Amino acid sequence: MESKHIGGHYLQSYDTELEEVFNHMLAMGELVEAQLRNALSAFITSDLACARDVADNDRRVNTAEVLIDERCTEILARRQPTAGDLRLVVAVIKTITDLERIGDLAESIARMVIRNADSERPRRQLLRELETMGQRVANMLHEALDAFARSDVDKALEIVRQDVDIDNDYEALTRQNMTYMMEDPRSISFMLDISQVARALERAGDHACNLSEYLIYLVKGRDVRHIDIDQVAAIVHDQRDE
Amino acid sequence: MTQFHTATATASTPVGGLNSGLFEGAQREIRSLRDETIALTVEGLNLYYGDTPALKAVTMQVPTHRVTAFIGPSGCGKSTLLRCFNRMNDLIDSCRIEGSINLKGENIYARDADVAELRRRIGMVFQKPNPFPKSIFENVAYGLRMQGVKDKRILTEAVERSIKAVGLWDEVKDRLDSNAFGLSGGQQQRLVIARAIAIEPEVILLDEPTSALDPISTAKIEQLVEQLKEQYTILIVTHNMAQAARISDYTAYMYLGELIEYADTMHLFTNPSKKSTEDYITGRYG
Repeated sequence: MESKHIGGHYLQSYDTELEEVFNHMLAMGELVEAQLRNALSAFITSDLACARDVADNDRRVNTAEVLIDERCTEILARRQPTAGDLRLVVAVIKTITDLERIGDLAESIARMVIRNADSERPRRQLLRELETMGQRVANMLHEALDAFARSDVDKALEIVRQDVDIDNDYEALTRQNMTYMMEDPRSISFMLDISQVARALERAGDHACNLSEYLIYLVKGRDVRHIDIDQVAAIVHDQRDE
Repeated sequence: MTQFHTATATASTPVGGLNSGLFEGAQREIRSLRDETIALTVEGLNLYYGDTPALKAVTMQVPTHRVTAFIGPSGCGKSTLLRCFNRMNDLIDSCRIEGSINLKGENIYARDADVAELRRRIGMVFQKPNPFPKSIFENVAYGLRMQGVKDKRILTEAVERSIKAVGLWDEVKDRLDSNAFGLSGGQQQRLVIARAIAIEPEVILLDEPTSALDPISTAKIEQLVEQLKEQYTILIVTHNMAQAARISDYTAYMYLGELIEYADTMHLFTNPSKKSTEDYITGRYG
């Protein structure tokens, strides 16, 4: 996949290096998305083997982060990028940090499954909302990566907006869990696990939202962190002087 | 073990707590010419070599006590524009100029303008160091002598002050009577800058001042430019974009005789407004 921000340098090796870090970032994103989906599925189905795979694969995520970081440092040192190239390298460095954190969250869910392997299996209907929320977050991450691959800032804006839905899901789930815990104190231990997974998902959603903000920075050259969503929308819709 | 060059914030020297105000208003504002005192105003400047236009309707303001860099591919007109600021183009027969350049309100192209006085107020340094075939002392004293200064004490003071200002004093103080050609390229270039500032100009024009120098000499000149802007308005033409990014406050990008984009340097190098600027600074074919 090739971002429209990369090609066209007189130095073709520069194109290659930028393409490489960008594609590695997308590949790392795919890996992290798979990790998140698998961790969630392992938790829902108490699939110990799948949880172990996720825990093992976290090493690959960490290695990817270090490798891409190294490549970016090399580009900064050798090419002294400016303008869109500079923003691309900065966006990649920041994106992989968020991806690595999502990877850690997936790993923590997997380790919980491994830790509780001998516990009684929970009733599946309790997990339905969690599963819905988890899929929503994983889709959000998928869309954020897709938006990156296509330099699609409109989609990125949509993802930033979606973060509110994830936060609402989390609140609703927390309320529902408290109700269950009050009704049936025997479920408290398991319900706390669900809360912890929900919290991890909510944070993964925040990271996916960050990815979209980095993309808007890359394409528009404006930092949209910590500002009102309407201001973000105004920046996204601002037409650039060609 | 890795050694950091400077340790401004270590565990033993905390940089401040929540109430220190350290990050208050930390976001960098983009510089705007509206907030600057203007030294030079260029209006509708057209320049032709014979029938060939070399500058097309250039209009810009150059701020006082700032470094303004001019970048652009060869033949874009940046050196031509720089030479307009002290009327060096007058020496070219086929050159014709329209429009105006005002230095603090006076049109330097006015019929009654004093060109010698203009060149005292606006000094220039070229790509290749060009000391005169004289002693180090006489090179720096030259401008003052031309102005009729004869007092040895005044000359000595001015020479010492100027050579110190360019950081060359310790290297040459014991051989001020030696021929300037005995200096290295980097030293010669600093000597030429000392010669320019000895006559206390307001503006200094630097035309690719480091392109013939090694990295250390280049760094010394860049450091000098940072210091000199406290007292002088500096305009620099450079092919080295990293240099423009490092030392200038404002950058002007020119292409085919036109001023394409002129903005705060950090803004221009991180988020240029024009695609053609972006293509040039990132090394792309437009």
